[in-house]
Amino acid sequence: MCATCGCDAEGKVTMHEPGHQHEHDHGHQHDHSHDHHRKVVDVEKDVLHQNDLLAERNRGYFDAKNILALNLVSSPGSGKTALLERTLTDLKGQLQFCVIEGDQQTTNDADRIHATGTKVVQINTGKGCHLDAHMVLHAVQGIKPAENSVLFIENVGNLVCPAMFDLGEKERVVIISVTEGDDKPLKYPDMFYSSTLCIINKTDLLPYVPFDMEKVKINAKKVNHKLEIIELSCTNGEGLDRWYDWLKSKVLVPETV
Amino acid sequence: MHELSIVLSIIDIAQQQAIKEDAAVIEEIEIDIGCLSTVEMNAFDFAWQQAVKETMLEKAERKINRINGKARCSGCEVFFPLKNLYDACPKCGEHLIDIVEGKELRVRSLIVS
Ligand SMILES: Nc1nc2c(ncn2[C@@H]2O[C@H](COP(=O)(O)OP(=O)(O)O)[C@@H](O)[C@H]2O)c(=O)[nH]1
Ligand SMILES: [Mg+2]
Ligand SMILES: [Zn+2]
Repeated sequence: MCATCGCDAEGKVTMHEPGHQHEHDHGHQHDHSHDHHRKVVDVEKDVLHQNDLLAERNRGYFDAKNILALNLVSSPGSGKTALLERTLTDLKGQLQFCVIEGDQQTTNDADRIHATGTKVVQINTGKGCHLDAHMVLHAVQGIKPAENSVLFIENVGNLVCPAMFDLGEKERVVIISVTEGDDKPLKYPDMFYSSTLCIINKTDLLPYVPFDMEKVKINAKKVNHKLEIIELSCTNGEGLDRWYDWLKSKVLVPETV
Repeated sequence: MHELSIVLSIIDIAQQQAIKEDAAVIEEIEIDIGCLSTVEMNAFDFAWQQAVKETMLEKAERKINRINGKARCSGCEVFFPLKNLYDACPKCGEHLIDIVEGKELRVRSLIVS
């Protein structure tokens, strides 16, 4: 049981920030022994309601502070961290950022983000295959994003498990790369269904790999007809301006009275 | 896989409710799992066997209702069964659909004693 928010989560999750460490151990123990009558109890509860409650709590916090929270999901190696490195460098001074990095092990990605001069916290999920709202709640308490900033949450590299877990984000961005095959949206439809933007990365490699851009777009739209799609390359910079335009269009400028 | 998180959430919900009812054991649990809910049943069963050990659900009988996917075409307003998220409307062939059933993941009821 976590004393801060009263929620339960499994396993051992660790957070790393320069000069700060935080660990939880969650256990359960229930002892009961008296006479009981058999009875039927209506429960009617969504299995993920605890996560969803915390996600709403995160969302409320983000809304109140006008923080644009984005959940970045992809297979391992599609270029989530590379996209962040480019974005944080190119838009430095235009927008204010901070980053939550999720990986099973290591602080490698947080170190890459830190090198751009951006505030970052690394969550290590251990065996956990996704971030959940509880982890993000604590990471946010540690990193304290500024008002009117953009918060990137890089999820654990996995196109299946993170799909079900709302973190309280405003938009979910799914990234695939041209080396992954054009049937990805059909193989992992839930992630495409639950995202609002799809980034197709590594377009600089198109001459070298068989990848049918039209087909992947059609497949993605079959799963989610509202999905926006942006093609880009983090390596040669092609298409990044459209991603930056999208990002800026989502940032609500606070009213200056 | 995320099935373990799901099983652990189910155990939490069930035990909290059973404790509230001042029960000692959960004899039966009824769960809705929609066919479009991304729960892989083999992984779920495996996680279940491991996770219920030494909980009030250890001996519980599981009743799982699988709820088939159902969608509504926003073009022609017909309802139709949806097996995959990428299925087209059988009438107009478009993918402008809304899912109306099949995403359920709920603990319905318990029998406790
Ligand atoms: N050719 C090419 N390589 C890229 C591009 N974006 C990322 N990469 C490479 O892909 C690998 C994985 O990228 P990374 O950002 O760590 O992926 P993540 O696991 O999704 O965070 C790294 O070696 C990157 O340099 C791109 O646009 N083009
Ligand atoms: Mg990464
Ligand atoms: Zn139709």
